[in-house]
Amino acid sequence: MVAFTLPKNSRIVSGKTWPKPADAKNLRAFKIYRYDPESGENPRVDTYYLDLADCGPMVLDAIIKIKNEVDPTLTFRRSCREGICGSCAMNIDGRNTLACTKGLDEIKGDVKIYPLPHMPVVKDLVPDLTHFYAQHASIKPWLETKSPPPAAEWKQSIEDRRKLDGLYECILCSCCSTSCPSYWWNGDRYLGPAALLQAYRWIADSRDEARGERLDNLEDPFRLYRCHTIMNCANACPKGLNPAKAIGEIKKMMVERQV
Amino acid sequence: MGMITPRARVEGLGSAKSGTEHWWGQRVTAVALAVLTPIFLVGFAKMLGRPYEEVLAFYGRPLNAILAGLFIAAAFVHLKQGLQVVIEDYVHSPALKTTAFLANTLLTTAFAAAGIFSLAIIALR
Repeated sequence: MVAFTLPKNSRIVSGKTWPKPADAKNLRAFKIYRYDPESGENPRVDTYYLDLADCGPMVLDAIIKIKNEVDPTLTFRRSCREGICGSCAMNIDGRNTLACTKGLDEIKGDVKIYPLPHMPVVKDLVPDLTHFYAQHASIKPWLETKSPPPAAEWKQSIEDRRKLDGLYECILCSCCSTSCPSYWWNGDRYLGPAALLQAYRWIADSRDEARGERLDNLEDPFRLYRCHTIMNCANACPKGLNPAKAIGEIKKMMVERQV
Repeated sequence: MGMITPRARVEGLGSAKSGTEHWWGQRVTAVALAVLTPIFLVGFAKMLGRPYEEVLAFYGRPLNAILAGLFIAAAFVHLKQGLQVVIEDYVHSPALKTTAFLANTLLTTAFAAAGIFSLAIIALR
């Protein structure tokens, strides 16, 4: 449901300001969302200071430094630190992106870091993505075939393989879905841009033999048609993909098989 | 939340197997309105403030009556489709949602009927 204000227990209060490093050459403030479910307290925004002269270039470098050297309780997900695992997706400087590929030099002023919008927060910058992953699973993200399996591989022409470019690169970081107002209001029933881009990745695969069933499954006022081409998804995607276009292609196929 | 699995929550009541007609219908009426709206507005503006008899004569001409009738039909179908999407997007309480759907369908149909009936009276005088 549409909510214009946060529920009482989610309202953000001002938090702690941590000490500045001594003799800093290039001081930068980080305002980071903190929430600990065990404390029973409302979320707060803590202010940290780092000397960027003594810090890696990316936002992830900065928050790892804060965790290592300032406040070990700061909680976030990270793994590959090179934009391929999708773990460190968060809202940085007002946009959903990956902390590991977002340069500190791209941000003016204080660095504001929040968890991905409109998701249940597990702790600090860690959102609960259970529903998001279940939605991905529901589109059956694997090759479905009916013909007897060939002796070797399922063959695909170079041209047909090219149709998957711009689709297969998705790392399921959920930056797109959590930037989408339709997903905020109706995420329980709307599959969201990430799952739909993945759905199209299999619909567009020349080797797949379940195209009709896949389209049947998506043909729904909520699952697919909650997309109103707002295009926040394409704006947010840290991999430069365009989920809105993939959704548009699905809609075109829906019409094509009817008229 | 209970003990329902995440996958069961996603599956919900399953796919409605519809939605394309609504979506495509909205594009069709949008294209129709892109043509019909300017035509209707120009005629309407021309007749605004004119004597009663002159207005009746204008909308009594078959082409004017048909175009105005098509505009009213397309506009209210489009309005109904659009409002339905808005309700689906923003209204989630079951009682309020059902009421809003009913009001939307009944009111847009009633207004369209009133408009087209009025035109028919003028045109078929």
